[in-house]
Amino acid sequence: MSYLEKESLKVVGTRPIRPDGVDKVTGRANFGADMVMPGMLWGKIKRSPHAHARILSVKTDKAMALPGVKAVTTRADFPDIPPDKRSIGAAPANLWDLSRNCMAKGKALYEGHAVAAVAAVSPAIAEEALDLIEVEYEPLPYVMDVEAAMMPDAPLLHDDIFTSGVDPKPAKPSNVAKMIRYAKGDVEAGFAEADTIIERRYTTKPVHQAYIEPHACVVSVGSDGQTTIWSSSQGQFMVRGYTSRIVGADIANIRAIPAEIGGGFGGKTIVYLEPIAYMLSKKSGRPVKIVMSREEVFRATGPTSGAVIDVKLGAKNDGRIVSAQAVLKYQSGAFPGSPVNQGCMCGFAMYDLPNVLVTGYDVLSNRPKVAAYRAPGAPIASFAVESCVDELARELGIDALELRRMNGAKDGTKAAHGPTWVNIGYQKTIEAAKATEHLGTRLGPNQGRGIASGYWHNAGGESSAACHVNEDGTVTVTEGHPDIGGSRASMAMMVAEVLGVPFDQVRPVVGDTTAIGFSASTGGSRVTFAGGMAVTQSAQKVVEELKKRAAVMWDISPEAVEWHDGKAFPAGANAGSFDPLSLADIASKAARTGGPISAEVQINAQGQGPGFTTHICDVEVDRETGHVKILRYTAIQDVGRAIHPSYVEGQMQGGVAQGVGWALSEEYIYDKDGRLENPGFLDYRVPVASDMPMIDTVMVEVPNPRHPFGARGVGEVPIVPPMAAVANAIADATGIRLRDLPMSPPRLLAALDDSEPLRQAAE
Amino acid sequence: MPNLSFSAPTSIDEAVKMLAGATGTAKPLSGGTDLLVQLRSGRLRPDLIVDTKRIPGMIGIREESDRFVIGAATPGVTVYDNKALTQAWPGIVEGMDLIGSEQIQGRASLAGNLCNASPAADSVPAVIAARATCVIAGPNGRREAPVEAIVVGPGRTSLQKGELIVEFHIPKPKPHQSDAYLRFIPRTEMDIAVVGCAVNVTLDSNGVCTDARVVLGAVAPTQVIVEDAAKALIGHRLDEPTLAALDAAAQRACKPITDKRGTIEYRTKVAGVLARRAAKIAFERAGAR
Amino acid sequence: MAKHHVSTTINGEPVEFLCEPQQTLLDVLRDELNLTGSKEGCSSGDCGACTVICDGRITCSCLMLGAEAEGRTIQTVEGIAQGDKLHPVQQKFLEHAALQCGFCTPGFIVAAKALLDENLNPTEEETRYWLAGNLCRCTGYDKIVRAVLDAAAVMRAEAGR
Repeated sequence: MSYLEKESLKVVGTRPIRPDGVDKVTGRANFGADMVMPGMLWGKIKRSPHAHARILSVKTDKAMALPGVKAVTTRADFPDIPPDKRSIGAAPANLWDLSRNCMAKGKALYEGHAVAAVAAVSPAIAEEALDLIEVEYEPLPYVMDVEAAMMPDAPLLHDDIFTSGVDPKPAKPSNVAKMIRYAKGDVEAGFAEADTIIERRYTTKPVHQAYIEPHACVVSVGSDGQTTIWSSSQGQFMVRGYTSRIVGADIANIRAIPAEIGGGFGGKTIVYLEPIAYMLSKKSGRPVKIVMSREEVFRATGPTSGAVIDVKLGAKNDGRIVSAQAVLKYQSGAFPGSPVNQGCMCGFAMYDLPNVLVTGYDVLSNRPKVAAYRAPGAPIASFAVESCVDELARELGIDALELRRMNGAKDGTKAAHGPTWVNIGYQKTIEAAKATEHLGTRLGPNQGRGIASGYWHNAGGESSAACHVNEDGTVTVTEGHPDIGGSRASMAMMVAEVLGVPFDQVRPVVGDTTAIGFSASTGGSRVTFAGGMAVTQSAQKVVEELKKRAAVMWDISPEAVEWHDGKAFPAGANAGSFDPLSLADIASKAARTGGPISAEVQINAQGQGPGFTTHICDVEVDRETGHVKILRYTAIQDVGRAIHPSYVEGQMQGGVAQGVGWALSEEYIYDKDGRLENPGFLDYRVPVASDMPMIDTVMVEVPNPRHPFGARGVGEVPIVPPMAAVANAIADATGIRLRDLPMSPPRLLAALDDSEPLRQAAE
Repeated sequence: MPNLSFSAPTSIDEAVKMLAGATGTAKPLSGGTDLLVQLRSGRLRPDLIVDTKRIPGMIGIREESDRFVIGAATPGVTVYDNKALTQAWPGIVEGMDLIGSEQIQGRASLAGNLCNASPAADSVPAVIAARATCVIAGPNGRREAPVEAIVVGPGRTSLQKGELIVEFHIPKPKPHQSDAYLRFIPRTEMDIAVVGCAVNVTLDSNGVCTDARVVLGAVAPTQVIVEDAAKALIGHRLDEPTLAALDAAAQRACKPITDKRGTIEYRTKVAGVLARRAAKIAFERAGAR
Repeated sequence: MAKHHVSTTINGEPVEFLCEPQQTLLDVLRDELNLTGSKEGCSSGDCGACTVICDGRITCSCLMLGAEAEGRTIQTVEGIAQGDKLHPVQQKFLEHAALQCGFCTPGFIVAAKALLDENLNPTEEETRYWLAGNLCRCTGYDKIVRAVLDAAAVMRAEAGR
């Protein structure tokens, strides 16, 4: 059954109040740090003050002797993980790297790297005990910047990493963990054919996801090994699986309960605290709570990569791009795993190009290990590509949207990284952008307008769902994905639509790891797609069961029963004449017709539709201070089908605001000793309410035929275009092209000053 | 902080006695918006915290015939809710108002902002530009000092052990006198000033400047009174040559550093820009009186 | 380390508690009084997730010592609704989908309620600047600002203005 016809939908597409809303506006919702257990201890983590240092010794006896201290843990408590155990299920993380990221082994690889931890009866005593842990370091040369780290004589982080993707395997270890390449056609031939070639270098700084909730957990390990983990994460099954391998416990002994999550944006798709709290709890015999400080969040959890990107575009005078080349160098931090591969795939994915060559490098440095951040890798690559496309448009004298329309991907286009597009909405976002009222408005002095587009794959994967009809005919739907932005509402809406009942009759629950089958993490914009498929299928199975039960009650064949509007009806006159049976009617008689009515579904969802988007940004530049004000912003996105339009708009608006911060003010700033200088919200400057205008949204709906309701992932692609949109707007306002993020006032003013004599000469 | 004590005395004498008699580090607490951050981060490990807010007179604004008296722990909201002061010294009130968020405004005080001794303190330049003084209580009684004498370097003040500021005296403006304060921050709110500039001017009836004080923040280890900038204004109307001279004098007075908030070049240039802009506002206000 | 005995009023109820000198009001609310609606996002007064109303003014409870609460009147997010009747700001946050993860929400609710206590007809700009001390990383602020402005309209209508 398909629900793709919008006109037939009663619940999907409406805007009900989210079921967890009241708890969240009254302060009752329980987040990671809100859990308390009897006898609970407070854990704190000792961290390296050095960017790179050999750990010669860790002495904990003085800390243990402090009254109130109940346990201390060091690397010695953590098992080494053999090569065949370094991944779990389909999860991509290297658990040996994660283990050593949770607790340093042999060397501290960045400032803030955990080296020991303590549990005590109060936070103050735990804090005091940290000072009593004595760590002897031998500081080592360190390397922070991506190109410096690639030099042959650069300080080496790991002596067992040899660049992969290079044939033959290099003889010497390197900070370049991986090289990747995507090619289509012949770029050299393409450039030879081009009338105009633009070749530019762009750089970005590491930026943090900056969720407002710091990482937090409570872990209780029983003397029999049975363990409960309560924590804030993007995946309770991820927490369970990763922790089990890092501490060396069986999965069946761990129950992971998902707390409400106070933002993640990808940054809570790996573990930092749970294995440490596990060790402290195991050693003390008491539950242990660890809550990171904001400073620890910045110093020790994942930002995304800083990067250097070289882009070369060749075009004919008519605007046709005939060749595109890029080299992407992404920082991975202290362990391999930057999102450079995604960057390589996404950068040119909006375009229909005959010749493409993209090369990517995953580069280690003495910074915290990067973690996923909203469309990981794509915003960095797109800042470069979409800026360069704008430079090309200006060079050719062609309207930026028109240039994108001419070269834009459409159904049938084969992307350089493999897929041939079907049912994509990129061109429709361009058409919709052209039709906005925004585009028709005029700009004043020192104001400019920028256009940029973006692409993100979106994800499918493993999801479980259970749909239970309660005795009174209400419905409980259990999913396995932490609800990071209102997805429980969408789940309940899809179930209500299938069952034909009002939204309020369906209550969604995020189950713990013992309450629902395995589900991959909330990430990749996958929950409404994959989780939505699972809950829809579970509701469809329930409908089949309800029809059977009605058939029993009527003593007719199940095929003679049809289900609509929340009721069972006889299918035509031949089936007999009966009053319709509601869900409540059937539920109340369930014991007599076969027992409880429920269905559980496990799927590995395929066919997520890709997400394309086009943004329009207006800025005003203060030429004397370099300050940039965002005047107006419109995001146009193919959302497939908006299940709950308010939360889709919210994703678009939130992505834009994060992108504006990335563009203008956010960056990791290190001192000359490799220590982070801005580990707080004072100097790590995320946009505040007064920095932003209202953010207009246009939802283009090109339904994804692989999803029962046509949904595509919507959460990530909105962060892809803003950096280039802002840069292009600044260029439009000032004639100055900024190619380095963030486009901070000092940077812009310096660029304006450099250009001033030119401008005066021109005038 | 295993040995931290907290006390909330109800008289100045009691507070002075506690601060003077404390072993180790003793800190007066007014709004706490800097102190508690330092306490939490471990940068400051005091032995005694003395809450000054329960001392009569420490919070509140009193208008006398020739001056305003502002209690040292008076929070920002009380400052900008005071109509007479806002009328008299809009620049001082702007400076106070710019410190942090609405939440911070409910707590942050003039004395705290001053004694935190940051060169970027937003409330300080306009107060110095108005030639305000502060009254300091200590073990040896009371003394009065110009506000610019308090901060001697980043994080360092001239206050002696046992001393605390109890009130500020701000003279009332003369006819055709007014002020303005501007600061530059990367965002629109919540940042520390990258550059701050207060301009306080007195005009004659023809709009010619007869007296001026220009004070810069965040461009040197302490706030800077820019004598040359005042000279550039005195005897002139606010025409382009005067503004250019002011701009140049402000830039010459800068001895900034490059840090996470701005570069030397940036701070210097913007100091000139803000001096121009603040002077325009101050002249307009003074002229309108 | 001697504990302080503090008598205060929280959400209309007299409350007594013991606290250590270094404990902030936020520590006390969360760890001693089990009022975990106020959230700790930064402990430096930059995020506003711990916003409470103290003697009629919003403040970051992370920047106030528990001991300072002696004799003060405190309102936390738990005290904004009247029984089971939500405050208009809370209701409008729900209707406008002005929350995604919900972690910053308590601070926004308290700050916005205090804004409307003071000004029933704020402009968009006044609202944005008033709320600048509350960070939200999910919404881009659009729906939050709309919710607050809409709540103001409802409250004006209720007040007959």
